Amino acid sequence: MTGTAAGFQNVEHLLRELTPQVVGALTRRYRDFAASEDAVQEALLDALAQWPRDGVPENPGGWLYRTATRRLNDEMRSAMARRRREEQIASEEDLQVAAMDEGFEPDQDDTLLLLFMCAHPALTPVTAVALILRAVGGLTTREIAAAFLVSETTMAQRISRAKQTIRDSKVEFVLPSEQERTQRLEAVLHVLYLIFNEGYASTTGDQLQRVDLSSEAIRLTRALSESVTDYPEVRGLLALMLLTDARRAARTDPDGELIPLDEQDRTIWDQQLIAEGTSMVAKAMSDRRVGPYQLQAAIAALHDQAPTTELADWPQIQALYRVLESMNRNPMVGLNLAVATAMAEGPDAGLLVVDSVASDDRMKEHYRVHAVRAHLLERAGRKADALESYRRAAETTANLPERNYLLRKMARLRKSL
Amino acid sequence: MKFMMMMNLPRGTRDYEISQWPPEAVDAHFRFMKDLNKDLGKAGEFVDVQGLTPPSQAKIVRYGGGTPIVSDGPFAESKEFLAGYWIIEVATRERAYEIAARVSSAPGPDGKPLVMPVELREVMCSPLPEDA
Repeated sequence: MTGTAAGFQNVEHLLRELTPQVVGALTRRYRDFAASEDAVQEALLDALAQWPRDGVPENPGGWLYRTATRRLNDEMRSAMARRRREEQIASEEDLQVAAMDEGFEPDQDDTLLLLFMCAHPALTPVTAVALILRAVGGLTTREIAAAFLVSETTMAQRISRAKQTIRDSKVEFVLPSEQERTQRLEAVLHVLYLIFNEGYASTTGDQLQRVDLSSEAIRLTRALSESVTDYPEVRGLLALMLLTDARRAARTDPDGELIPLDEQDRTIWDQQLIAEGTSMVAKAMSDRRVGPYQLQAAIAALHDQAPTTELADWPQIQALYRVLESMNRNPMVGLNLAVATAMAEGPDAGLLVVDSVASDDRMKEHYRVHAVRAHLLERAGRKADALESYRRAAETTANLPERNYLLRKMARLRKSL
Repeated sequence: MKFMMMMNLPRGTRDYEISQWPPEAVDAHFRFMKDLNKDLGKAGEFVDVQGLTPPSQAKIVRYGGGTPIVSDGPFAESKEFLAGYWIIEVATRERAYEIAARVSSAPGPDGKPLVMPVELREVMCSPLPEDA
């Protein structure tokens, strides 16, 4: 093992792959997910300190497992001693924690079990995201905190409260029943998609210091798609991620500023990812159990295959958004439908769709409504109205790169008045 | 030592004033800020930077017994508003002045320095570090 940065990265990747196996094996043995996961995180930090320096042990999974077991035993002993001091009830036998020489027995279902557990319905999605990244993704608390731009203490607290919630809910570390399975899978997919989007939305900032959340989400979803083969939405989501990630190199300028789809240099889109994602979504859809992720992936594929934005198959995209909206009445889908309608039928038709989205009180002042309306008004040549909508969008967005983008748009439009 | 460096902008216009600048001036201004942040990062002086949504979106909240009392804010009479802030960590006070002056020199609509007032406040230290 070398001490080079590349060597260090290999250690990190190895640890991320091993983490769910070790957390799973420990949880199965001790029936305490929260404590097991803590112990593995400690072992992970030990490995990060030692392996790059001393070399990767021959059986890295076993090493992690043993180290985490030792950590867990220490923790259990001191917890029992504490309790004995407090309650005077425990006897020596309580200290007979599991023998150390039991081997590391990974189970291929563990990643899936952990995903189900961490995407627990009692947790808020934001919390579930953090927990999955640590327990299944094998990231350190520090890395997760940095990825979400919060302090390490805050993130540690968030994760520990999440585990307390899971503990309180008394959920078993077993696969959900058939009836529950679809719902729980949907929750897992939702969280994985959130992780992906977090990575996608936050490409600004110091990238060197931040874990690449999009790649982590793709890795986890790929693992999920290998163990769940009977639910087409899993492959739909993976395809969506791949087809979106294919544009990565083109979506920011050297300064990290976002470049919108219609201004991206399509020649640097990743054709291999596009091919993989496209055939994946086609295969998923051939199952005839279409869902929102497959539809969004199909839309992404149409964009990825188009030589320019104008030349994309907009009638087809519009049709897909219509189906999507019928499944999932979500104002954001409505806005995308508005854009597709404008491209297929002209800006005025699109503006009608925007109006119907804005008739929802919660959406009336949403910056995306203003931004889409501004964009369509500009296309329709109604510059003064467009300017007003851009202004309202810039005022209401809470995203700095987005706001700067809108301000630039305004400056250009004003000049052309 | 840590400082909070606050960028205050004049109120009065309904729009973000910058949107009325020529596009090249807008680009130059954003580039200036980006370079500044990059340099602070390289120098190890960068802690945090945040832009804030404009005052039209602000709320004033008061304790109201049970439910919080929320009103639109801030007070209309204030002439300036806080547009954003940095937290920097620097070796000396003079260095903080230097950085604040650089912020103040950000280019305006005509490409010349805006010379906007930058408020600099030292952040009070948390308790002594454990190893002190």
